Amino acid sequence: MGAAGDRKTLYRYGYRRSSDQDARETVRWPVVVIGAGPVGLAAAIDLGLRGIPLVLIDDADRIGEGSRGICWAKRTLEICDRLGVGEKLVAQGVTWKLGKVFRGDDLVFSFDLLPEGGHKMPAFINLQQYYLEKALVDRAAEIEAIDLRWKNRLIGVEPRNDFVRLTVDTPDGPYTLDADWVIAADGARSTTRDLLGLKFSGVTFEDKFLIADIRMAADLPTERRFWFDPSFHSGQSALMHRQPDNVWRIDLQLGPDADIAEEQKPERVSARLRRMLGEREFSLEWVSIYRFNCRRLDRFVHGRVVFVGDAAHQVSPFGARGANSGIQDAENLAWKLAAVIKGEAGHTLLESYEQERMQAADENIAHSTRSTDFIAPHSVPERRLRNAVLSLAPKAEFARRMINSGRLSVATVYDTALSTVDEDSFGGTARLGAPIPDAPVRTANGRDGYLLENLGGEFTLLHVQNGALPNLAGIKVVTVGRDIVDKAGLLTGRLDATPGAGFLLRPDQHLCARWRHFDRRKIEAAHARAQGRV
Amino acid sequence: MAKLLSQSRFADPDAAYVTLVEARRGLSEQASADLDTRLVLILANHIGDLDVLREAITLAKAE
Repeated sequence: MGAAGDRKTLYRYGYRRSSDQDARETVRWPVVVIGAGPVGLAAAIDLGLRGIPLVLIDDADRIGEGSRGICWAKRTLEICDRLGVGEKLVAQGVTWKLGKVFRGDDLVFSFDLLPEGGHKMPAFINLQQYYLEKALVDRAAEIEAIDLRWKNRLIGVEPRNDFVRLTVDTPDGPYTLDADWVIAADGARSTTRDLLGLKFSGVTFEDKFLIADIRMAADLPTERRFWFDPSFHSGQSALMHRQPDNVWRIDLQLGPDADIAEEQKPERVSARLRRMLGEREFSLEWVSIYRFNCRRLDRFVHGRVVFVGDAAHQVSPFGARGANSGIQDAENLAWKLAAVIKGEAGHTLLESYEQERMQAADENIAHSTRSTDFIAPHSVPERRLRNAVLSLAPKAEFARRMINSGRLSVATVYDTALSTVDEDSFGGTARLGAPIPDAPVRTANGRDGYLLENLGGEFTLLHVQNGALPNLAGIKVVTVGRDIVDKAGLLTGRLDATPGAGFLLRPDQHLCARWRHFDRRKIEAAHARAQGRV
Repeated sequence: MAKLLSQSRFADPDAAYVTLVEARRGLSEQASADLDTRLVLILANHIGDLDVLREAITLAKAE
């Protein structure tokens, strides 16, 4: 990361003294979450909803304005919907699915990120990160299990045999807190990571990028627009995105030699934007200059400290893979940690968190590195190759497919030991290890809705009615044809759901086993496997 | 007569592109141009069809 700009405070929260600070002996909690950003909040809410008491600490006492995450992907929105804020975010955000790529000033191609209908959540919304954080903070406040403490800054981490002792500084001075488990969600400059002395290695890109949020009442289409070498910003790339409140995100590539102090001056920024926006009136909301990093920890689970989000891995912003993957980390971890704490699963289940989310991090880093390599070539020969692809693109489809302005975040298909290998073959779009695809359904009481909102957050057998219903311990059963009706025929097609078929879903709604015909023994074996009990 | 295929043929076009990028990473302009020339010869021979080669040259030369 480069220099951060000044951040205006949008929402301020008060520091409150906790009784833990007056306790004679250090108080022990099942979970302490470090960092109340989107990832820490999502983890806390998910665990809180699963009945795990926890403390969530943050060194600030406010949600600041500033150029951070704006693009929230479909899977993230589905997770937020399960946590209780999805509909609010979609109502507040700008929904988009169309991307356009220009070479010079000419359109080279456009893409549709969600060409099929029948999903509750859109491919993407754009929404300023502070609105998402505000919605999550409000939601956390409704959950009794969550004790959110502002102005609590982590200054010490001391792993013990079966817990971690944390030292936390406050306006009243420091206190200690014991945690059975610590979730480090404290961002790219993670204090937890530093205090444990962990290496965070990878690639830093030489090119510098100007990122600006501007306010502008412009009648421009709601789509992602990316330019290679436009006339208004010759030799470089540019990206433009709409946010709510007439705010627009603009990224301008500046090259490796740009002078950060000089480029951040408002008159200089305005002149660059003026060339792009012509006569349109605009005002600067926020400006920063960044260099991008792609790096990650060697391990995400360090004893009883588990890293999530940017604290564990960092990517360039092309592809919206940072905050989205962080929230997906939180969801992957929450049900597993809750199962371990409740004694339903052993510690080995957490190894699957590390394995699955490292797979996701590596995918995200690979995609974002490739995008950054395409957008900002390292050398003259690399630039020549890139420009050859761009010049062939209007004439050859293969070249258009190689143009990479960011491959946008999609959920990872876990290649995981928690899945039971298919014994029958299945068509459709559902894939073992992936989130189950959404579809419109009608509930037994006649309400129109969607599949995912009828699943919830526990192990669920989705079963297509065909005679007797399975009776299973610890698994919710949702029967198609009884509990929900496939009103549009899309569910049947997407899952290839024939009568008698069963689909076992993990608490994070990823498909972990499926059968054309099943019996209790098969389901129990798959359930045990998905809890790491094999 | 064989026909030049210009629709994408790689299952993962990004991986193909990055392979070409990595082949030239750290090379000088001259070394990279020499590499590309050798690649042209190798791939032309692999295709082994003069009509396809001529069509490819036409596509590459079109502005």
